Formats: sequence, C-alpha cells, structure tokens
Amino acid sequence: MEFDSIADVVRRLGEGGYVADPALATSLFLSVKMGRPLFLEGAPGVGKTELARAVSKVYGTELIRLQCYEGLDLNQAVYEWNYPRQLLALQARPTNERTLDDIFSAEFLLRRPLLRAIDAAHLKAPVLLIDELDRADEEFESFLLELLSEFQITIPELGTVRAVHRPIVLLTSNRTREVHDALKRRCIYHFIDYPSFDKELSILQRKVPGLSARVQNQVVSFVQRLRAVDLNKVPGIAETIDWAEALQILGTEALDRKVLGETLGFFLKYQDDLERVRGPLGNELLEQATGT
Amino acid sequence: MEAAGIETKLVSFAQALRAAGLPLGLEQTQCFARALELVDVLSRDEVYFSARATLVTRFEDLTIFDQLFSQFFDASRTTPASAQKMPMAPRHDPRAHQRTLLASYLAEKASTEDPEVDIRDRAFTASEVEVLQRKDFATLTEKERWALKLAMRSMRWQILERQTRRRVRARRGERLDQRRILQRAARSGGSLMAPLPYLSRKPKPRPLLIVADLSGSMELYARIVLQFLHGLTQHHSQTETFVFGTRLTRITHLLKLRDVDRALDQVASEMQDFAGGTRIGECLSTLHQRFGRRVLRSGVVVLIVSDGCERGDVSLLSSEMRWIHDRSYRLIWLNPRIGGVNYRPAVRGMAAALPYTDDFLPIHNLQSLQTLATHLSRLPSRRGGTR
Repeated sequence: MEFDSIADVVRRLGEGGYVADPALATSLFLSVKMGRPLFLEGAPGVGKTELARAVSKVYGTELIRLQCYEGLDLNQAVYEWNYPRQLLALQARPTNERTLDDIFSAEFLLRRPLLRAIDAAHLKAPVLLIDELDRADEEFESFLLELLSEFQITIPELGTVRAVHRPIVLLTSNRTREVHDALKRRCIYHFIDYPSFDKELSILQRKVPGLSARVQNQVVSFVQRLRAVDLNKVPGIAETIDWAEALQILGTEALDRKVLGETLGFFLKYQDDLERVRGPLGNELLEQATGT
Repeated sequence: MEAAGIETKLVSFAQALRAAGLPLGLEQTQCFARALELVDVLSRDEVYFSARATLVTRFEDLTIFDQLFSQFFDASRTTPASAQKMPMAPRHDPRAHQRTLLASYLAEKASTEDPEVDIRDRAFTASEVEVLQRKDFATLTEKERWALKLAMRSMRWQILERQTRRRVRARRGERLDQRRILQRAARSGGSLMAPLPYLSRKPKPRPLLIVADLSGSMELYARIVLQFLHGLTQHHSQTETFVFGTRLTRITHLLKLRDVDRALDQVASEMQDFAGGTRIGECLSTLHQRFGRRVLRSGVVVLIVSDGCERGDVSLLSSEMRWIHDRSYRLIWLNPRIGGVNYRPAVRGMAAALPYTDDFLPIHNLQSLQTLATHLSRLPSRRGGTR
C-alpha cells in the first residue's frame, strides 16, 4: 500500500520497527511518490541498510539486495550464462545436432540482483537495495545511471527485459569516495546523521525491550558522549544495539566499570580506541552517563 | 510558510544556491517543484526537508544550504545580508595581505617574472646544468630558479599502476573468457578456435596523497615544493594534495590550474598560515578525522614532505603515522634536510615518524627529484616490499 503522507511514513515504518525522523520520512516519501531512487549517505551503522528492510516489510514485498565491491561487473550484477550447464547440454547431444541457438535461452540464464529487480514477473514493485555503492568502481556507476533512468536491460541473445512495476530503489554509500554527481542528481539525496538522544533511546526500547529502562538510558547517554570523542571509528546505532543486547544477556542492572570493561568490544572496533576508552576517558564518560 | 509568490522566491533561491557553488541542474529544480505538489507547502519543515532532499547532492553543501534556506524562507528571523557566511573572493579577503611567507613569496615571484632576465643569460652551459643538478634548492640564484622551473616542467611523473579486481578482455590473462568462448562457438557451429579469449585484471592509476609542510622551517623550500606538487598533479589525475603550517588546507583543486604561477598564487591566497611552527601530528590527525578513507583509498601512495621539526605532540605524530602506514600501499617521507652534509634524523619528530615510513628520501635538489621520479615509477609490486 502506498504511503499517503509524511506522517503515514513515520507511523508505518515505526510499526515495522524502524524509527524515522521527519527529514528521512520526507525523503523516502518523495522518493516513492516521484519514482526516484533514494540515495542514502552516512557513516556505517546509522541504519541505511536497515531502512531498505523496513520499507520492504511495510510494503510486504521482496527485498533484492546487491552488495557492491571493487570489480563488481555486469556478470555479477545483472546476468551471466550458466556455462557449465550449457556445455553439458551440448555434449549430451549427438555431434550432428549440436546447434547452439537453444542453449542461449532463459533456462540457462543466471539472474543476478539487478535483472531480478526489473523482472516483469513481479506482481508488485520490489525493493532494490544497492548497498555500499562507494565500493564499486566508476564504470559500474555509469551503468547504473542508465539502468535507473530506463529500468530496462538488453540481453543480446534474448532481447530486452523491462520492468512492469518499477522497483523502489535505495542506494547507500559510506562516503569512502565521492559518488559521481550525475548519479546523485537523479536521486533524492539524504544524509543520515547519528541519532539524537531521544531517537536512539526509542530505537533501543524497540530493539532491546528486555533491558531495564535505567540501563537503556545509561547506554544511550554513554554512546552519545562517546561520539563527541575523536575516535577512529565512532559507534553507530548498530553497535549500540549489539552492546545493549549483550548487556541484556549478562543481566546487567546498572552500568559500571567492570561490565563496561567486559563489553567494550561490542561497540569499539579499533585497538587504539579500546585502549583510550579503557583508560581515564572511559571512567569519566561513565561517571557522566550514570550520574555518579 | 507563505504560499504566495513562492515560485519567484524559488527561482532566486536556486540562483543563490548555484552562486554558492552547489551543482544544481534544471532537473533538480523541476524535481523540487514537483515535490512541493506532494507536501504541505504551508509547513516550513516539509518544504525545508523536500528542498534539501531534492536540491542537495553533497554532504559538504548541507551547511551552506541551511544558511541560505533560512535567509530566504524564515522571514521573521532574517539575518542582515552582511552577516552572510559566504566564502569570500581571495582579493577581498583582508587576511591575504597579512601573511608573512606569502609576502616573501610574492616578492620572489615578482623578481623572477620573465622580463628582467636577459636572453643571453638564459643559455646554460653544460657545467652550469651539472651544477644545477646538485645545488640545494635553498641556495639557488634567480637565474637558476628559472632554469629549475623549466627543468621541472619537462619532468614526467609516472606511478606504478594498480591491478584492480575488474576484469577486461585480453589476449592473455589468468582466466578464460567463458562467455566469449561460447559466443564464438555458437557462431562457428560449435568448434573452438585458437587463440582463446582471456580475461585479465584492469590496471588503474594508483591514487596519490601528498601532505606537504610549508611552515616556517620549510620557508626556503616552499616555492619549489609547490612547483613540484603542481607538476605531479598535472601528470597524475588521481592526486590529492594538502599543505599545512599549523593548520591543514586542501589544495587539490588549485593545483589543477594549468599555469604554475597562477596555481601558486591561488594556493598562497587560500592558505591560512604559512609561517609559524609546525604541528605535523595535529595536521595528520585532522586529515585522518576529516577526510579519512576518502583520501586513504585502497592502494594509495602517500608522500609526506617535511623536515620533521615537530613543535607539537610527538606521540600524536607517531600514532597518526602508524594509522597512515597501515592504510597505504607505500608511505614515502621526503625531507629537504637529508641533503645537508651532517644531517642525522635526530629531530624528535623525524625520529618518531621514521619507523612507519617505507622510504626516506631527500628533496633538496634537481637530482633528488629525478631519483624520486624513478622511484615512483618502479615501486615494488607488493605493499611495503623492497624492490
């Protein structure tokens, strides 16, 4: 079902377990209504990928995910022929019947995420997530630019595949490199920042309800203060949730030095950062966060 | 928010955004206009979020966008035009007239500007060229500086390419191109003919990151170092360049100007603080925090140009050097003082940085530049390895 207002987006994503602020809800609303891809930028772990999951849940439709990496090419992203099967099919025939036309048929086609996303067989628009586009190289970007304006792909041996229901497209980037402006201009651009105290607390309440309200408060307060420190890798929401889950399993009733020391690894991923927070800095933040 | 006259306002708002440097196309303004049909135009927030989602494409532009939006649409909180936080044109910027090293740079430039040198004086004898090869940059005469500039212009900078993971068609390579084999077989009725098609890895220029120290202690070398950076940027498109005295300034875009003198003028007017003490550690830390993975990309070659006279925290320098070393293909430190007869890297900063440098090379005369050029074109094929 389509969203009918920005408030509706916030409400329904909320039901799906995703806390969206009005800014993000507006961007998503416009993206869906106008049929433009949503380009999400932001640090790792602020909920970019999670949003795609939430949208597919709300829409009750399939999520098709393409994880980008260096060297990603059309064979991995769009389609590939199944060569071993083609060869087997050929060899199974007598020599004089070995024509090759029929081995380039749908039966031997391996459908990769982008082709699946525009497949005419979908009954309703799927959600297509192109994750961490900054990891792919520029050549791939120019291909995407074409795909995202036409929503069709031509396979020389088979013909043109065209989407009947245009997918809802979300692209994400961690900003390890600048994605080309031409692509971003075709999109609704949204930068996801680290969440405010209230937003992060309400996320924890949804995701880790079993943790006591007191510890939830302390965790968020600690993480929020930690983000102001110039660490190598500042923890995102994903890390906050991991940490809270660990504390829940440990049955923590109050955050203290001991339990902090035992669980630091859940939200700090660099040795340098671990050492710093283990020292006086951690104690200071802990005192502020717990009000002792 | 008032709905009346919103279209006129939009047009001038878009113009202001463009003037402030946002890459704004017609397609985007149309997109924003369409967005306004979908949201509540009487709600300031909805208009603001829609504008931001459709008109901004870069994180860096968000701040200036917010300021302009507020100016255009928040009638009650209008700020006077004079308080506008827009980048100032260099010629209007009063700070430009107060820079110490900048002054000496410009004086020097005036004196080396062409007309004053007699044509006859421009001819160099073989022995003079020989002398120039080895003469320290700090002690050059004007004529030699001019000759050096010419010599540097003709230098070619090449850096060993990086093999990406992208595969391209090739006559030979480490993998057969199955797709083309079957396509060809289909055309020829099932037989395979030599030569077989292959796939090989596509080579790409290696990114280059340069961080150059132009603080007080480097004053005598500053101009030539900048010329050198200009040459590198011109030959190698994947170059990111930063300079620092006490603060870090990105100058990549300035060095793209073809004319070396114009490029250097621009750098001089943008740099916050030429002279003054060196804070290498702090500047590398700024680079790490603000630019991080965007400049320390995979396979990057890092050049640090400095004499290592650290005035700040040496332990910070050491930890930042480790960070960079762990994320680069090769970390090269260029120091003009190595050329000196009695040089030993005893300077505290230098001693802290050395354990993390792959190569420690001089940059004090023409010969050392040529050595560097050769070195860069023949980097070892493995990270941190020796040739």
